[in-house]
Amino acid sequence: MTTTLEVKVWRGKEDGGFVSYEVPRLESQTVLDVVTHIQRNIDPSLSYRYACRVGMCGSCAMNVNGKARWTCRTHVSKVASHGQLELAPLSNLPVVKDLVSDMTEFFDKWARARGSFQGAKTRHEPFALVEPESAQRRAADAGIECIGCAVCYSSCDVVSWRPDFLGPAALNRAWTLLNDVRDVAGVERVMAVSGDAGCHACHTQGSCTERCPKHLAPTAAIAGLKRLSVTMLKRQK
Amino acid sequence: MNTEKKRRNDYRARNHPAYWAFLVHRVSGLVLALFLPVHFWALGHAIQGEASLDGFLRFTDRPLFKFAEWGLVLLLAAHMAGGIRLLLIEFGDWTGLRKNLIAVTAGFAAATGMAFALALMF
Amino acid sequence: MSTPLTQVRLWYWGRISSMVLAFCVLVHLAVIIYAVRGGLSGAEVLARTHGNLAFGLFYTVFVLACAVHVPLGLARIVREELGWSERGANLFAALSALLLLVLGLRSVYGVVLA
Repeated sequence: MTTTLEVKVWRGKEDGGFVSYEVPRLESQTVLDVVTHIQRNIDPSLSYRYACRVGMCGSCAMNVNGKARWTCRTHVSKVASHGQLELAPLSNLPVVKDLVSDMTEFFDKWARARGSFQGAKTRHEPFALVEPESAQRRAADAGIECIGCAVCYSSCDVVSWRPDFLGPAALNRAWTLLNDVRDVAGVERVMAVSGDAGCHACHTQGSCTERCPKHLAPTAAIAGLKRLSVTMLKRQK
Repeated sequence: MNTEKKRRNDYRARNHPAYWAFLVHRVSGLVLALFLPVHFWALGHAIQGEASLDGFLRFTDRPLFKFAEWGLVLLLAAHMAGGIRLLLIEFGDWTGLRKNLIAVTAGFAAATGMAFALALMF
Repeated sequence: MSTPLTQVRLWYWGRISSMVLAFCVLVHLAVIIYAVRGGLSGAEVLARTHGNLAFGLFYTVFVLACAVHVPLGLARIVREELGWSERGANLFAALSALLLLVLGLRSVYGVVLA
């Protein structure tokens, strides 16, 4: 194990560049420890995000050696080959500054995909009965742990190639809602995700599923959306 | 509308089996798509009679053509097997990215290529 | 402008055509490997195909499935890799479909009926 790390960090906006810092290497160090060390001890002008630092909030997502990950959950020993690290902001999103991405479009697409619940009952009615072992509930449960960290969005080439593509997270959320028996906006949601840059634009590259820190499978959700779009539109005709 | 150029991924983010499967599927599809009209045109020689078709086939009797034919058979087998994997992902129960089928694709393509080469030579 | 219904239809027919092609390609690969033994000759090929209506029907279905399947893939490629517009891609796809249909059916005619 080397005693120091050579860390290249992206500084600036889209038209910035990598700046090298030397960081002392410690045991059980995470990449978040490294970034924090740089900002507190070497260059206080470095901008980066984190919050919980225990792998629950997803704020620390960025590109480490070219792959989107949570820095708080990434041990340096696992990614620093030859004592070198490269840190950059997430791909496919505008850069606010240094390692901070502008998440606006990510959440805009979430809304465009109708990624919010719409119910029809009031508090005066009895509770909805949802069968936990039903196929629908299990499908929803498989995807509801998403915390909107944008690692999948950053990893997806279709997002890069088709700027309007709703992206894996928004589509995954739409799928979970379509499997929620209490939701009443099913038809509108299927229409929302079946547009030109909707679920059918997915090429099953699988980068989203490969990189999701919560081990969700947007690829599965999108496959489900494709099937559902056919059955739902058949009924509408 | 954001007109700034956004950061993109490079090969490091693409270096996993499901992505290679996509790449093989796309490249093989493109090559086959470009080949198909040529193939139809070649067969169309039959309209001018057996001699015309035969003349064309004699022309393609060279090693370079045979090697290209073998390559195309390989790509066809790979594209089909990869496509079946996608159909299973999209229509079957979710069991992950079916990386086992990526291996099957490679194996099937290799076996088909070998069968073709053997048939060609013996 | 592309509507959800269009997108769904394109996806649906793409998948249907791919299922048809999976079957056709398997058969075709077997035919290729069988036919290529000992080299190809015009006489051999035509002896098998000429007047063979089952053969003609099979390859007509094959050509039709190709004419649906191939342009869909090409349209994706020109949009994503070359950045073409939706209209440009659709036009390209339509032209490809026509080309494959005409050349393909012509070649089936050539080996079965000519």
